[in-house]
Amino acid sequence: MAKTILAVDDSASIRQMVAFTLKGAGYEVIQAVDGQDALDKANYHQVNLVLTDINMPRMDGLKLLELLRKLAHYKNIPILILTTESGDEIKAKGRAAGATGWLVKPFDPKRLLEVIGKVIG
Amino acid sequence: MSTDLEQFYEIFFEESSELLADMEACLLRLDVNSPDLEDLNAIFRAAHSIKGGAGTFGFTDMTEMTHMLETLLDRLRKGELAVRSEMVDAFLRAGDVIKAQLAGHRGEGEADPAVAAEVCEELKKLSDETQVTAPSEAVADFGAGVEAIPVETDSGRPSNNAISEAVSGNDVAKLTYRVEFSSSGMSDAAVENLFANLKRLGSFENEASAVGKEHKLKLTTASSEEDVWETLAFVVDPANLKIEVVTQCVADTTEVAEPYSSDEDSAAVSFSGDDELSIANMPPAPGYGFFPGAPAAPKDVDDSESQLSSTPQQNTHSNKNEAQNITNKPSSKVSASASASASETSSIRVSIEKVDQMINLVGELVITQAMLAQTASQLDPVIFEKLLSGMSQLERNTRDLQESVMSIRMMPISFVFSRYPRVVRDLAAKLNKRVELKTVGENTELDKGLIEKIADPLTHLVRNSLDHGIEVAEKRIAAGKPAQGTITLRAFHQGGSIVIEVSDDGAGLNRGKILAKAKERGLPVSDGMSDQEVWLLIFEAGFSTADIVTDVSGRGVGMDVVKRNIQSMGGRIDIESALGVGTRISIRLPLTLAILDGLSVAVGDQMFIVPLNYIIESMQPTATDIKTVSGHGRVVQVRGEYLPVIALHEIFNLHPNVTAVHEGILVILEAEGHKAALFVDDLIGQHQVVIKSLESNYRRVQGVSGATIMGDGKVALILDTTALVLACQQEMV
Repeated sequence: MAKTILAVDDSASIRQMVAFTLKGAGYEVIQAVDGQDALDKANYHQVNLVLTDINMPRMDGLKLLELLRKLAHYKNIPILILTTESGDEIKAKGRAAGATGWLVKPFDPKRLLEVIGKVIG
Repeated sequence: MSTDLEQFYEIFFEESSELLADMEACLLRLDVNSPDLEDLNAIFRAAHSIKGGAGTFGFTDMTEMTHMLETLLDRLRKGELAVRSEMVDAFLRAGDVIKAQLAGHRGEGEADPAVAAEVCEELKKLSDETQVTAPSEAVADFGAGVEAIPVETDSGRPSNNAISEAVSGNDVAKLTYRVEFSSSGMSDAAVENLFANLKRLGSFENEASAVGKEHKLKLTTASSEEDVWETLAFVVDPANLKIEVVTQCVADTTEVAEPYSSDEDSAAVSFSGDDELSIANMPPAPGYGFFPGAPAAPKDVDDSESQLSSTPQQNTHSNKNEAQNITNKPSSKVSASASASASETSSIRVSIEKVDQMINLVGELVITQAMLAQTASQLDPVIFEKLLSGMSQLERNTRDLQESVMSIRMMPISFVFSRYPRVVRDLAAKLNKRVELKTVGENTELDKGLIEKIADPLTHLVRNSLDHGIEVAEKRIAAGKPAQGTITLRAFHQGGSIVIEVSDDGAGLNRGKILAKAKERGLPVSDGMSDQEVWLLIFEAGFSTADIVTDVSGRGVGMDVVKRNIQSMGGRIDIESALGVGTRISIRLPLTLAILDGLSVAVGDQMFIVPLNYIIESMQPTATDIKTVSGHGRVVQVRGEYLPVIALHEIFNLHPNVTAVHEGILVILEAEGHKAALFVDDLIGQHQVVIKSLESNYRRVQGVSGATIMGDGKVALILDTTALVLACQQEMV
């Protein structure tokens, strides 16, 4: 069965581009527009990987990470943060919140797939 | 992949436009004295999102501008700088520049780079002004963790050195890197930009051996290698990029790492305080990375390079176990907030054609249902009881369906209202007036078609209120009013229509002045006219009482256009005004353009629909009320007024059942301030009809605005009331 990825970004263009790229590579993609939406969807779906933006309205990516890690079936799911902020600070925060890794925007679709491939193969 | 990106351009453009509008709204609402953090965050997010998208899609001019915006905004929201009104102005201008850039990429016009540069410079100046914090902050924050630097990669990219620098919250190490890259295929501007970015990281000097497009330089910076890499790799082809650590300027040189070769990739492990395992095993390629020990991090970065020495490998495994233990802990305290999910309505974008097609189909369904109902009504209700109850249920469902489909096209009026804060702000500044704009009922919904058409007339009214209505502060104070004037935009539903009001607490309309002007222009006026009639004079073409013609208004161009536009939407405009107190202009519009409330009338064997909002009353006249005017047809006396009679059968060449006016029915119409009596055989009833365009199905017919299909399947024409009344008026003169 195809692996499922939850893609979270408040920017529709980025989100759809991510989804397009991932679908092209054979992944199932669930899209969420912000942390809250992602959390809701995470409750209903079992996904193999979460790819989230940091800066989002309602609930940001860090809070999402923190809450996801508290869900039994998301404890060991890889969660990648996709961010324009590449500073150490944000990485440290991401790490503290339980992120598996980070990916800097703007990204190249090839690189995105490469990174995801490394995590869930 | 660039061709693949193009399909997302449109989404990006739309999204950016929305974000810009949001940003502007937030900016305008921002109180400089006590800025709302939520607003600042929202503005920051908008700039940030645009930047992210622009970067991804390669619109570098936008990236640059949004970056400047973001930098300043970030400092504002962190409280490092105080918001000042010139910043808001600069933000607004930056928004305009981005808008222009966006339009440029869309292929609509061109952004002026000079303006962009100017705004950029200003933003930079504003954010640099009170530079308080040093860039070391980020590292200090990182104290508990570990500084990590990229190690060797796959794909034969030149080796990167890993320097594990276990920072325990103290010094910032400055490193010198030797950077080699090729700028072939890059524009001069891009190269320049790149150097500017490098400069931001630290100081650098070019090495003499650099030739043409091959650059070699020494960069001394506090940034980590990956940051340097990222700065460059965005622009330079990573295959042509080489970064090496030369020296470590600060702190112990004993720790300088040996360059790792690709087959002895390593992970330096260290413990720091109560934190879990920290590993300086960083990314296989810059631009991303994994946190070792984090849940589900890849055990081996890449199978092809998994010849890790045994120690680190074991470490990685134990990390994994430990990580699981660690992450298991919080499970006992699963917070309620995780499940508390106040789900807000999500939305999808659908093209308007699809919606219209759906509305059309539902219209057809309504007609079919009406046909069935008519046929079924002739059946015996006892024998066909079940069928008939099914029919009535079908009718209910159809009506519900129609309503909900129509509601898809509905949009909140805030789409229009949201543009006025900016209009008012700019204009008030220009006119040197103090004005506050209040909006009430932004969530009132109306048809998308109307939303688009109402914007321009409404803008005109708002500008007029500001220019002619609101007085300058001194005058207001002298009149005992607050120095700041108020313009209120209000929208609400009333009956089957939506009412939009533009009111101001300004000077009000001056009856004497308007009358004098009207006389001067030779309009038929008298001093005995009611206020209402006098106010309507301002809608006459070319009418203006402004003493000074400004570029804002006063040319008298517009109010007649406003009225015409509103009427073309099937709406009506009214004015109330009191001298010295203010003016209120209200626009009344039908809820939707696709459905019309109409009165069906019969002439001979034909049926016509008269739009309900033009009808004043219907009556059966007595023979004595009808007078014949030689050469001008007939008139009817209604409540002391003589109205021309429009015989529908004469206009459409029909054979009526009745030819004597007093035997038929007169429907009194009012359009454009003129009244007329429409002579028909009979009234049938009131209907909500789905408007079908006659032009697209047949051709334009004088006196007919459209058609609809009635319950029995017959076509009924919808009368163009305005045209009929006006044509008749011209005939009479």
